[in-house]
Amino acid sequence: MKPIETKQEYSNYVDQKSPNSPILKNCFNAFWVGGLICTIGQIIFDFCTFKGADETSASTIVSIILIGISALLTGLNIFNKIGKFAGAGSLVPITGFANSIVSPAIEYKSEGYIMGVGGKMFTVAGPVLVFGISTSVLIGILGTVPISFF
Amino acid sequence: MDFIQSIDFLQLIKCFIVGGLICIIGQILIDKTKLTPARILVIFVTTGAILGGLGIYKYIIDFAGCGATVPLTGFGANLAKGALTEIKDSGILGAFTGGVRASAGGIAAAIVFGYIASLISKPKIKKQ
Repeated sequence: MKPIETKQEYSNYVDQKSPNSPILKNCFNAFWVGGLICTIGQIIFDFCTFKGADETSASTIVSIILIGISALLTGLNIFNKIGKFAGAGSLVPITGFANSIVSPAIEYKSEGYIMGVGGKMFTVAGPVLVFGISTSVLIGILGTVPISFF
Repeated sequence: MDFIQSIDFLQLIKCFIVGGLICIIGQILIDKTKLTPARILVIFVTTGAILGGLGIYKYIIDFAGCGATVPLTGFGANLAKGALTEIKDSGILGAFTGGVRASAGGIAAAIVFGYIASLISKPKIKKQ
């Protein structure tokens, strides 16, 4: 092997030797953390239906509990550490939605409790709600079309 | 004790695998594209709403339970399902009320717990 002399050669060498390892590792971490969060949700869901709740209420309770836990963990600065490790594993479940509300709210706390916390809460969650709700309204409108024609 | 006996472990495994796979899709989007996390959340919710509207997502929910409902695609699918259920009762008005009604619990919880959590937390001083 010829000796490495420049930084460019070194970075080429590194790229060549480790092309896939970070993405594989990230995907593995995302997989098991994301899977675990969903499984915790499933256990809460099973417990609610076991106690006699119907499925719709049970999944709402699951969302509320997971959102509450992740909001609290974000406030205590624990969630960010999980997020760094798990990447999409904690971002894609509903926990990521709660985290996306609390993180900017804390960051802009110095701008006051109304415009700082209350306003910046929706920096990320705002677009999510805008596109989610708009799509659902559009789907609903499209869904009424066949009924009103026939 | 009865509850522990009633747990369906096969269901938990299906939930774990499907939930994990949905997160892997997100991770690949993060690593392979320049999309910010905010855009990824938007993409997941919108995709979920479209799949829910087309009636595809409910098969994933039947198979994986919370493995499909806990990721944000499930949030989107729930919005779409709410809109489609409510138009049967109240027509076009249901398109506007149904989605938000179905996911009101999650949205309200996120706002209230989010606000409380921000109040109890101290902003971190950024390291230079």
